[in-house]
Amino acid sequence: MTRFGHAGQPGAVSLASLPDGASAQLVTVAGGVGLRSRLAAMGLRAGVAIRVVHNGGRGPFVLAAGELRIVLGRGMARKVMVVPSGGPDHGRRE
Amino acid sequence: MADASKPAAPAPGETRLARNSQTVTVALAGNPNSGKTTIFNALTGSRQHVGNYPGVTVEKKVGVCRHRGVRLEIVDLPGTYSLTAYATDELVAREFVIDEHPGVVVDILDGSNLERNLFLAVQFMELGLPLVLVLNMSDLASARGYVFDLEQLSALLGGVPLIPAVGNRGQGIDKIRDAIVAVATGARHLRPVPITYGPEIDKEVDKLAAVLETEAERLAPRQPRWVALKLLENDRRIRERIEQVCESAAAVLAAADEAIAHLRRILGDEPEIVIADRRYGFISGACQETVRSTVEARHTRSDQIDAVITHPVLGLPIFLGLLYLVFWGTFSLGEYPMAAIDYAFQWLGQAVGGLWAAGSDSALRSLLVHGVIRGVGAVIVFLPNILILFLAIAVLEDSGYMARAAFIMDRWMHKIGLHGQSFIPMVIGFGCTIPAIMATRVLASRRDRLTTMLILPLMSCSARLPIYMMFTAAFFIEKWRGPVLWTMYVVGAAVAVLAAKLLKSTLLRGEAEPFVMELPPYRTPTVKGTLIHTWQRGWMYVRKAGTIILGVSILLWALTSYPKPHPRETEDLAAEGRQAAALEYSVAGRVGKAFEPVTRPLGFDWRVNTAMMGAFAAKEVFVAQMSIVYSLGDTDEAEAQPLQTALRSNYTPLQAIAIMIFSLLGFPCMATVAVMWTESGSWKWALLQWTGLTGLAYLAALLVYQIGSALGLAGG
Repeated sequence: MTRFGHAGQPGAVSLASLPDGASAQLVTVAGGVGLRSRLAAMGLRAGVAIRVVHNGGRGPFVLAAGELRIVLGRGMARKVMVVPSGGPDHGRRE
Repeated sequence: MADASKPAAPAPGETRLARNSQTVTVALAGNPNSGKTTIFNALTGSRQHVGNYPGVTVEKKVGVCRHRGVRLEIVDLPGTYSLTAYATDELVAREFVIDEHPGVVVDILDGSNLERNLFLAVQFMELGLPLVLVLNMSDLASARGYVFDLEQLSALLGGVPLIPAVGNRGQGIDKIRDAIVAVATGARHLRPVPITYGPEIDKEVDKLAAVLETEAERLAPRQPRWVALKLLENDRRIRERIEQVCESAAAVLAAADEAIAHLRRILGDEPEIVIADRRYGFISGACQETVRSTVEARHTRSDQIDAVITHPVLGLPIFLGLLYLVFWGTFSLGEYPMAAIDYAFQWLGQAVGGLWAAGSDSALRSLLVHGVIRGVGAVIVFLPNILILFLAIAVLEDSGYMARAAFIMDRWMHKIGLHGQSFIPMVIGFGCTIPAIMATRVLASRRDRLTTMLILPLMSCSARLPIYMMFTAAFFIEKWRGPVLWTMYVVGAAVAVLAAKLLKSTLLRGEAEPFVMELPPYRTPTVKGTLIHTWQRGWMYVRKAGTIILGVSILLWALTSYPKPHPRETEDLAAEGRQAAALEYSVAGRVGKAFEPVTRPLGFDWRVNTAMMGAFAAKEVFVAQMSIVYSLGDTDEAEAQPLQTALRSNYTPLQAIAIMIFSLLGFPCMATVAVMWTESGSWKWALLQWTGLTGLAYLAALLVYQIGSALGLAGG
C-alpha cells in the first residue's frame, strides 16, 4: 500500500505484517471514508487494542478486539496501520 | 401476556394513553448478533408476520403483544452497526424510525461489546427518539467478568431505561415491556443528552442548523441539528432529500460543503470520521466509571472451537461434511412424512372422485381431482424436505457457523474474483433464491453484489428439489438416486463458480472489494427461534402452494383440458389414443407442440414444454403440471397409473437428466425476476439473468442429450 492518508505516525506498520498472537494498537485505516466509517461502526477505531488471531500469510485475516472477532480480507489488513505493543507472549491485554 | 392481567397501578400517563390510542409501534434495533431476534421472539411469541418494507425487499417482521392494556406492535428492524447511508439495511432502519414515528425504539445491546453497541444507541439519541436500551446476554457478560453500574450508566445517558435481559431464557422480558409502556406513555421522562463533538464541529452544527431553521417545516425529521450533523457527515441521502424539499437547497448544500472543507482543514481529517470518534469519546466517558472488567480477556470457548472449525486444513472438509449432512437429512428424514402426505392426497383424490359415478367425464370432477388435488398435492408432498432444509440452514445461521463458512471459502472465492461474504447468500440459495438475493445486500461493492445476484439461481433451490426427486425416483434404482441428486447440486454450484469467474472478468470486471465481517461467538440456537423460523418458511411454502401454485395448476388444467376435440374425430381410436389426441388438441397441447421443434433436440416432448412454462410461475409447478398431464383422462381414480410408471413409459433416463439439467440451470422463476429487478435497480439485469441462464440451460441440456444419444445412452 502506498497510501497512508494522514497516518504519518512513527512506528506504524501494516497489520498484515504481524504474526499470530501479536498485540498492537490501531492507528488508522488507509482507506476511503465509507470503509473507515464502517470499520469504526464495527468497533475498529483509532486507539483500540487488537490482537492477531490468524494470519496465514494468505487468505483472510482474523483479529480480536476485546470480545470481537473480525475477519478482514488480506487487502484490508494491509490498509490497517497499527503500532505493535507486544509479541505473542506478553501483553495480551485488550 | 402473563403480566397483562395483573392489576397494576396505572401511571398517570398510562390512563391518558389508554383513552387516546391503544397501540404503540415499537422499533426493535440492534447490532447484528446482539441477540435481537431472540428478544423479538421472546417479546412476541409466535404472533409474527413477515412482510417487506415499502420499496425495498428487506424482510420486515412484525409481532404483537399486549402489556398493561397497551397493544405493542413490534417491528424488527434489520441488524445494523450504524445509521449511515452506505448500506441498504442501515437506511431501511433509519428511514423507518424517521418516517414511521415509532412510539419507542428498543435498542438491544450485547453486554460483551458494550461500547461498540452503544455507538448505534447514541445515534438514536441524536435523533431525539424515545429509547429503551436492553442489555442482552447479561449473564454471559457477567460470566466474562464484566460488572455494570446500570443505574449510573442510565443516568449518564439521559435517564434512558437500561434493562438487563437474557433473551434465550426469557429473563427480563416483562421488564422490557414495562419500560416500553413507561416511555411510550411519558411516565418515564427522558432528558435529551447533549452529545458534544468538540467546539469546532459543534459550532458548524449550530451554524448549519440556523440556516436550516427556516426549512424546519419541510425537514424529516424536524430536527435541524440532526440534519446539520448528517450534512457534515456528507450523508448522501440527506443531501438528496434537501435537494427535493428545500427551497434554498443550493444555499444549504453550499454552506454544508463550505463547513466540511473548513473542518477538514482544521481537524486534519474527514469530519465524518472525527464525528464517529467523538461519539466513541462520549461513550467511553459514560462507560469509564460504569463498566468494569474484572477478568483479563482470554481465549474464549469460541476461539477454541474456531481453532478446529476454521483450521486451514480441516476447515474445508468439515464444511463439506456439514453440507453433506444437511442434504442427507433433507432427503432421508423427509421420506416417511412424505409417504404419509402422498397417501393422504391419493385418498382425497379417490374420495372426491368417488362422489361422481365411475367413468364420469364431469368437468368439475376433473378440475378437482386432476387440477387441484393432483396439482397441489404433487407440491405439498415435498413440504417435509423443505422444512428440514430450512431448519438446517436456520441452525447454520443462528449458531454462527455461516460466518465461518464464509471465512473458510474466502480463499477459494478470491479465485473467482469474489470474497467469502458472497458465499453466505450462495448457501442460503440452496433454500430459496429470493432470501439469498436479499442477503447479498451486506456486500459493499455493487459489482460483487451484482455478480453474486446473477449467479444465485444456479444454487439449486428447494423448489427444484421436487423435480429432481420425481425423476430420480422414477428412473434410478435406490443406490443411484443419492449420487444423481448430488450431481445436480454440484453441477449447479460448479456452473455458478464458472459464471461468476466469467462475469468478473468481463462485464463486472474490477478488483475484489475490501472484505470485513464479524465472526459472532458460537451460540446454541434456541429451539423456539429455530422452530419459529422454520414454521415461517413452511407456512410461506404452503401459502405459495395454496395461492400461486393452485392458481397456475387450475389454469394449466384448463389449458390442458380445453378445447376438447369433437367426439366424432376420436371415435375410431382406442381409449388411450383418444386421451392423447384430446391432450394434443388442447391449448397447452398446441403450445407445447409449437415449441417441440425448439426443444426436441433436448429430448423434451410437448408435455414437458407445458410444464416448463408453468415452472416460470414457480418451479414446483413443473411437478404439478406433469402430474396433471398424466392424470387427465384417468376416469377411474382407483386404477390411475402412478405418475412414476407413466414417466418411465414415456421418457428415458437420458431425457430425465436433460430435463433436470435444464430446470437446474435455466428459467429462473417469476419471483426471482421480480426481486432481481428491484434489488439491482434495473430490469436490464433481470433480463440479462433470465436470458443468460436460459440460454446456458439450453446449451447444457442440448449437449447432455445429444452426446448421450450419440453414445447410445438413450435407451438407458
